[in-house]
Amino acid sequence: MSTKHSKAAEKFLENKEQAAWHDQTLWMVRAKRDKMSKSVPEWEMLRDMASAIKLYSNSHLDSLLQEFEKNAIANGAHVYWAKDAEEYCSIVHNILQNHNVKHFIKSKSMLAEECGLNEYLQEKGIEVVESDLGERIIQLMHQRPSHIVMPAIHIKKEQIGELFVKEMGTEPGNNDQTYLTHAARKNLRNKFIQAEAAMTGANFAVASTGECVVCTNEGNADMGTSQPKLQITAFGMEKIVPDRDALGVFTRLLARSGTGQPITTYTSHYRKPRHGGELHIIIVDNGRSRILADKEHVKTLNCLRCGACMNTCPVYRRSGGYSYTYFIPGPIGINLGMLKAPLHYYDNVSACSLCHSCQNVCPAKVDLADQIYRWRQQLNSLGVASKSKKVMSGGMQFLMERPGLFNFALKSAPIANSLPHFMMYNGLNDWGKEHDMPKFAKESFNEMWKKNKVK
Amino acid sequence: MKVGLFIPCYINAVYPQVGVASYKLLKSLGVDVDYPLDQTCCGQPMANAGFEDESKELAKRFDRLFEKYDYIVGPSASCVVFVRDNYGNLLKEEKHRCASEGKIYDICEFIHDIVKPTSLKASFPHKVSIQNSCHGVRLMHLSAPSELNIPYYNKLRDLLSLVKGIEVVEPERPDECCGFGGMFGVEEHAISGQMGRDKVKRHMDTGAEYIVGADSSCLMHQSGIISREKLPIKTIHIVEILAAGL
Repeated sequence: MSTKHSKAAEKFLENKEQAAWHDQTLWMVRAKRDKMSKSVPEWEMLRDMASAIKLYSNSHLDSLLQEFEKNAIANGAHVYWAKDAEEYCSIVHNILQNHNVKHFIKSKSMLAEECGLNEYLQEKGIEVVESDLGERIIQLMHQRPSHIVMPAIHIKKEQIGELFVKEMGTEPGNNDQTYLTHAARKNLRNKFIQAEAAMTGANFAVASTGECVVCTNEGNADMGTSQPKLQITAFGMEKIVPDRDALGVFTRLLARSGTGQPITTYTSHYRKPRHGGELHIIIVDNGRSRILADKEHVKTLNCLRCGACMNTCPVYRRSGGYSYTYFIPGPIGINLGMLKAPLHYYDNVSACSLCHSCQNVCPAKVDLADQIYRWRQQLNSLGVASKSKKVMSGGMQFLMERPGLFNFALKSAPIANSLPHFMMYNGLNDWGKEHDMPKFAKESFNEMWKKNKVK
Repeated sequence: MKVGLFIPCYINAVYPQVGVASYKLLKSLGVDVDYPLDQTCCGQPMANAGFEDESKELAKRFDRLFEKYDYIVGPSASCVVFVRDNYGNLLKEEKHRCASEGKIYDICEFIHDIVKPTSLKASFPHKVSIQNSCHGVRLMHLSAPSELNIPYYNKLRDLLSLVKGIEVVEPERPDECCGFGGMFGVEEHAISGQMGRDKVKRHMDTGAEYIVGADSSCLMHQSGIISREKLPIKTIHIVEILAAGL
């Protein structure tokens, strides 16, 4: 009885020191988030507002997105609509091709990860450089992000030191973070200068003004967009907010929830193309309109991609981002994976103890645990329910629907207490791998009551 | 006011003393309490594992069994809140409305909110660390969840403060999950075990002699860890303390 997640998690935990460090590091972020959220008296009201605004926006996408398009065009931008990943990638490629771009610099975008943009462009011969440091490290290591806002959180500085020796010619053995950061900065400067086009995602798109808002800490997104004349911005259509008042609710919540900062160092509003430059904006569906029609899971579209649910998840912290089979891990990733392709990603549904902490930290009140519970109910009809869990559950049902049999079982159960150790703790008993089994009482409560022993 | 005592399956089988303490405690507070015979399981384990349909007959049976009582009171926050939050949905095809969901209480919640005693006879001269269970905290609201920006409260602590000689503390990460999670503990045993070991350690770091909670399931999980690792701490259900000396 195991899933791909549970097996990967078991492996992750084998390196005890690294696993404990991962748990502790992410818990620290959770603790910073708690401190920040508690410094805002109206915090819970903000969460209510954020949830309500998202539900409003996502149920008025038709008018809001058109309003955005109209305003963006009036600002001088070009606007494109992409129905899926393929269309999004080819729109980006066409723009780059038309401008003869060979060097492309982009800041971190989970949408680009979702759609496989980097691979697509590299196959067509375009050099793609990630400019956010964490994402750059991951790119040079040929890995995928293990967390959506801290993509390299699983990597220690010694590993980065080794990587930089190879990639940037740093001194072997010098793992000082300031030294390494300076090396990365110098290396990236050349890439910024070389690039003929830059790309960002968007945390928010404001319908009433036609602007895209990008929240970052390093400012490398802005470095990218400040040099080349050609800028591309792409966002999933649920990033739309009605106006700047609504935007203010989200910018107050985003960094406090995600990283425990009052606000990200940079909150950049991209509204118009630069003088003599071009701004191209791509609005992407890629399955979102299908989620919109799914009443039980529509709230996943509230997600701001802040990562708070990962930082609080006791399973994520102890199993790492790569233990999940979908590219977004943690509670939101379990749900988004199931919405993308349940038969591919059902292995992640086990990665939840239903503790509900994720629902409490989510700034836009996505009902993450409730949705995981509902997905579990679907696994059987999808034909992918765990066979042994099914047997256990069916056995329990059979027993529990028959009180006579249940009481009889309780009478005979104490025998299990005296079973030889090897029978209780064999390879078949997964619970017994971690625990000693509970001892059955000599007399059940039911039996005691019948004998009038409860007084 | 007639109260039907709900004794969940594993308390019936493994921790009957928790049932006995619950009965004595309610009796001592002047509550008219009765135990409808032949209870089995509320259906939560099957539902959380993804087999909600297998809980339907149990829900029907449960609803009938407690029909004539004004209140249903049980010593397990998780089982109680499963009935409260899920039976309405499980029984939606029935002709009558689910009767249980509106009148079921966890025993701590019931004593704290309905009976409201100002003193107890109990004495327990020990240091205890509170196990704030996930479903007790986040679904039943027995205490303020650490994630929310709301004033601190803790109904377990309030009740324990009526016990003479006791010292009550809470661990670091006061309401992080201990990793029980029903069949989660089997399917994801490595993570579940690690969560349990981490939780027990944080309880031990407070210097407490006992881990005290309102959910025997969390305590069962942690006591399995304690026994396997031979750790110097014990678990105890809160009613066993509140009923001490009765």
